[in-house]
Amino acid sequence: MSILTKALIVIAALGLAACNNPDRNGAAPGDGSPLNGTGINASGLGDPNDPNSVAYFNQTIGDRVLFAVDTSTLTPEGRAVLQGQAQWLASHPTYAAIIEGHADEQGTREYNLALGARRASAAQDFLISQGVAANRLRTVSYGKERPLAVCSDEGCYAQNRRAVTVLQAGAGV
Amino acid sequence: MRLIQTLTKSAFVALSLLYPMSGAAAPLRIVIDSGVIEPMPYAVPSFVDEGGAGELAANITRVIASDLSGTGLFREIGPEAFISQVSSFGAPVAYNDWQAINAQALVTGAVTASGDQILVKFRVYDVFSGAELGEGMQFAGSPGSWRRMAHKVADAVYSRITGEGGYFDSRVVYVAESGPKNARLKQLAVMDYDGANIQYLTDNSALVLAPRFSPTGDRILFTSYATGFPQIYLMSAADLSTRALEQQDGTMTFAPRFSPSGQSVVFSLERGGNTDLYSVDIASGALSQLTNSPAIETAPSYSPDGSQIVFESDRSGTQQIYIMSAGGGEPVRVSNGKGRYGTPVWSPRGDMIAFTKQNEGRFHIGVMLVDGGEERLLTSSFLDEGPTWAPNGRVIMFTRQGAGEGGEASLFSVDISGRNLRQITTEGPSSDPAWSPLLP
Repeated sequence: MSILTKALIVIAALGLAACNNPDRNGAAPGDGSPLNGTGINASGLGDPNDPNSVAYFNQTIGDRVLFAVDTSTLTPEGRAVLQGQAQWLASHPTYAAIIEGHADEQGTREYNLALGARRASAAQDFLISQGVAANRLRTVSYGKERPLAVCSDEGCYAQNRRAVTVLQAGAGV
Repeated sequence: MRLIQTLTKSAFVALSLLYPMSGAAAPLRIVIDSGVIEPMPYAVPSFVDEGGAGELAANITRVIASDLSGTGLFREIGPEAFISQVSSFGAPVAYNDWQAINAQALVTGAVTASGDQILVKFRVYDVFSGAELGEGMQFAGSPGSWRRMAHKVADAVYSRITGEGGYFDSRVVYVAESGPKNARLKQLAVMDYDGANIQYLTDNSALVLAPRFSPTGDRILFTSYATGFPQIYLMSAADLSTRALEQQDGTMTFAPRFSPSGQSVVFSLERGGNTDLYSVDIASGALSQLTNSPAIETAPSYSPDGSQIVFESDRSGTQQIYIMSAGGGEPVRVSNGKGRYGTPVWSPRGDMIAFTKQNEGRFHIGVMLVDGGEERLLTSSFLDEGPTWAPNGRVIMFTRQGAGEGGEASLFSVDISGRNLRQITTEGPSSDPAWSPLLP
C-alpha cells in the first residue's frame, strides 16, 4: 500500500468520524472551533458549487433554520430552507441527518434543553412532511450549551436559536 | 444541666459585680430569622499543639474561623486584640480579658497528631455569661481529614449559638468548565462546601450537566452526552463506577433528582419534541410517567417527605412552578408573580421552595413558601440560575454566568435572608452546584 493510499484512507476515516459525531453544533466549515477539527471536516465537505456535496447542502441550501425568542414555530424562511433540504435528501438517499436544536442563553439550562428539542423536532416533523423517511432523521438538543455566537445581545442570540441539520454518511441514523 | 445552671448563676453574680448597671447578660444566641445585621464578635485563639500537630493546629483554627465568619453571622476578633493567650486547653478561661475585647463567644481547642491519627478537642464559651456553652467534644480522624474535623468543630459552634443545624462539613458536586463559550468543555467535580479539596469525577471528553447527590451522598446523578445524546447516569461516589439509568432510542433524558428514599429518580424524558416527567425505580428499572401534557415539564424536586414533587411547566404559556403528588396527577400552580419561574428546589426543612426567576431581562434566585406566598428575591444579575440548598436550609448556592464572550460561570452562595452574597473560589469557571447532605 502506498503512502498516498494510506493517507487517503486516514483522511477518509477522519472525515467519517467527523460526520458521525453529533457534537458538531452546526459550526460552519473552517470556523476554527477547537472541537470541530478544522480541515478534517473540509476534506469531506466538497465544493459548495457541487450540488452533490455536503458543502452545497450546508451553505448553498442552508443547514439551519432560526427561531424567534422562546418559540419553536418555523418561519416562512425556515420552511423554505427545509424544503430545499428535503429535496436534497430525496436525491441523496445515502445520507441521513441528525437535527440539532439550540437555544440562546436567556433561559434556564433544563428549559433550554427542552426548548432545543422542540425546535429540532419542529424541523424534523417538517422534513418528514416533505417526504423524508423518519428513519433517516434523528434529533438532539444542546439547549444553551453550544452557542454559535458568543456576544450577549440579540445579534448573537438570533443566530443561536437554531435547528441545524447535520448530514451523516449512511442511509439511517 | 444542673452544672450549667449553677455556672450561669455564679457567672451572673460575677458579672453583676463588674457591671452593676447592665442587668442580666442575654444568653448567647443568634436568632437568624430576626433580621440579624450586626455579626456576633467571637475569638478563636490558635488551637494548642498538644503534641506533633505543628502547623496543623493553626490551620484547623483558620478553617474554623473561615467557616464561622463566612456565614456573615459572626465577626472574628483577631489575635492582635487578645489580652490573654490560651496556651493550655485545660486552663481556666480568663473571662474578663475576653469581655474587655467584647468577644461574646470564645472557642478554644487543642490538636494532637500521632502517626496516622489526629485528635481535635474544643470548647465553646459564652464570655459574658462566664460559662461554657455545651460540653467539650473531640474528633479523631486521619491527618488527611483535618479540614473535615475543623468543619465539624465549626458546625458544633454554629449549632450551639444559632440553634440550627450546621452545614460546613458537607461537599458540593458541580460542573467544572474550561474553553471558549462556543466550545465549552465540562467535567464533573466535587469539592468541600468552601471550595477546598477539589476532585474531578469525569474527564472533559463528554458534555456533562447538572449533577445531584443522593440523600446520603453515596451516589451522584448527572446528564451526559457520552453517547452523543443527553442521557441520565448514576455514579457511585466511592469508586466512580457509572451506568446509564434510562436509555431509550430516540429520546433524551435529563434533569434527574433522587427521591428522599434514594431508591428512585424523577427526571425529564423528551420524545418527539415533548418533555414530560417520569420516575424510575433504580433497582428494577420500572418506569412511571408522571405528567402527560404537550408542555415542557422539567426540573422536578421532591418534598423532603417524598409525598410531592415541585417542578416547572410552560403549560400556561410561560415557565411557572407547580406542585403535584409524587405519583403524578393534577398539579397546582404555586408561582404567581411577574415573570418566569424555573428550577424549583424544595428546601430540606420542607417549608420553602428556591427558584430561578426571569423578569425584565434579569435573573434572580428567590425563595417562596410552598404555597407561593412570601416570595423573596435574594439576588439579581445578568444570569443567576440553579439554586441548591445547604443541608440546614439556611444558605443557597447557585450559578452566576457573566455576559458576553468572556462571561464565565462561577458559584455563589447567599443566605436565605438575602445577605452575605459570596463567590466560592474554585480552580476555574464552574456551574450547576448541588449540595450534599451533612456528612456523617
